[in-house]
Amino acid sequence: MIGFMLTIIRRDLLLVARQPAEMINPLVFFVLVIAMFPLGISPEASILSQVAAGVIWVAAMLATLLSLELLFKLDHDDGSLEQLLLAPYPSWCLVLSKVFVHWLVSGLPLILISPFIAMMLFLPDHAIPTLMLSLLLGTPTLSLLGAIGAALVTGVRGGGMLLTLLILPLYVPVIIFGASSVAAAAQGMPVDGYMALLAAMLVFALMITPWAAGSALKL
Amino acid sequence: MSSSSSAMSDLFFTSDLACERDFRVLYSSLNFSVKAGDLWHIKGRNGAGKTTLLRQLAGLHSVDTGQVLYPNEATKVIYVGHKLGLKEQLTAEENLSWLAGLNGFSTKLQRYAALEQVGLSGYEENAVEQLSAGQKRRVALARLHLCKAEVWLLDEPFTSLDQQGIVDEQDWLNQHTLAGGAVIMTSHQDISLPQVKVLDLSLYAGSSLGDLSREGGSST
Repeated sequence: MIGFMLTIIRRDLLLVARQPAEMINPLVFFVLVIAMFPLGISPEASILSQVAAGVIWVAAMLATLLSLELLFKLDHDDGSLEQLLLAPYPSWCLVLSKVFVHWLVSGLPLILISPFIAMMLFLPDHAIPTLMLSLLLGTPTLSLLGAIGAALVTGVRGGGMLLTLLILPLYVPVIIFGASSVAAAAQGMPVDGYMALLAAMLVFALMITPWAAGSALKL
Repeated sequence: MSSSSSAMSDLFFTSDLACERDFRVLYSSLNFSVKAGDLWHIKGRNGAGKTTLLRQLAGLHSVDTGQVLYPNEATKVIYVGHKLGLKEQLTAEENLSWLAGLNGFSTKLQRYAALEQVGLSGYEENAVEQLSAGQKRRVALARLHLCKAEVWLLDEPFTSLDQQGIVDEQDWLNQHTLAGGAVIMTSHQDISLPQVKVLDLSLYAGSSLGDLSREGGSST
């Protein structure tokens, strides 16, 4: 089972290495979307620092959504999804491996670049560790929840919009607690409770979504 | 021959398998058992349900009526369909590596040997997108030599192969069945193997096939 998962992870990482655009596009999107806010709202530090937490979190969510559509679609189109499903292992192994690579490629770079984005939006320095930690706990949850939608719209033509409609409601709790934790940290308040809730959501998603997305893939 | 009495020696068997699509019955009451050394040739017109039947046997298409049963859970099955399941950006060898990794383990040496068997030596490190349609199919078929699977489910395996490729592949089918494997394939071409009896399974739209006895349903 571990060998099966490693095979998928190795294959998908190799594919990303051959097509680095897949990794760079969500990151560029993330930065560009955030760069629009000072232009649209106001370049005032006092205003930006107030909206920074929400802006970063919503942009991270959109960047994740952008790359989710292709999570299973490419494999479905070239027939390799069939072969993956035929392997004598439960389908949640397949989902978990693919989501792990998805997060590694689209989630982790966002976390690494977030301190610079935070400075751009005048988020107080002492809130940056909280921002990174909340993204670290939250982006895997976004990828996991998105996998259910991606599995459901696999094989549907133009499923991108449908995926967004299906998944956005599920993202609401993650956004609320993710953004509030950063806002609380910026005001110097404790964030343990938010982190605990984000971690709980991650554990819950880890338990439920691979199984749910695996079943959806078999439909 | 009833499928239940021979269940132990079967690689797999179907009981009352049926398929319906858009209120059209493609086939129903399909009973047949596949034993070691069998080569089944599924025939039928376009849209008769050949691919669907193969996918049901592989477990890729849901079975609503009837059953497909593999008495031994460890029976290894390889399915090569219309979509070859190859990643265009990866090389032939890398593709074989992950495909074989789904069923076990293979060394690079074994993968090179498998590619040589399908006549692709020298193309191991070429990206699959640079290969021709026939060469791509050969890469997909190379897996048959790499993973020791008992059951081969092949959907139109001769598509886009050249004359020599078709002759070679018939030779592999021959060897596999003689070695105790089983092949279930669709093809619009006639298959003639000197040492193997080819069992025919003809699908006619809407036909109920009843019990397909090995004698009644077969021809050489």
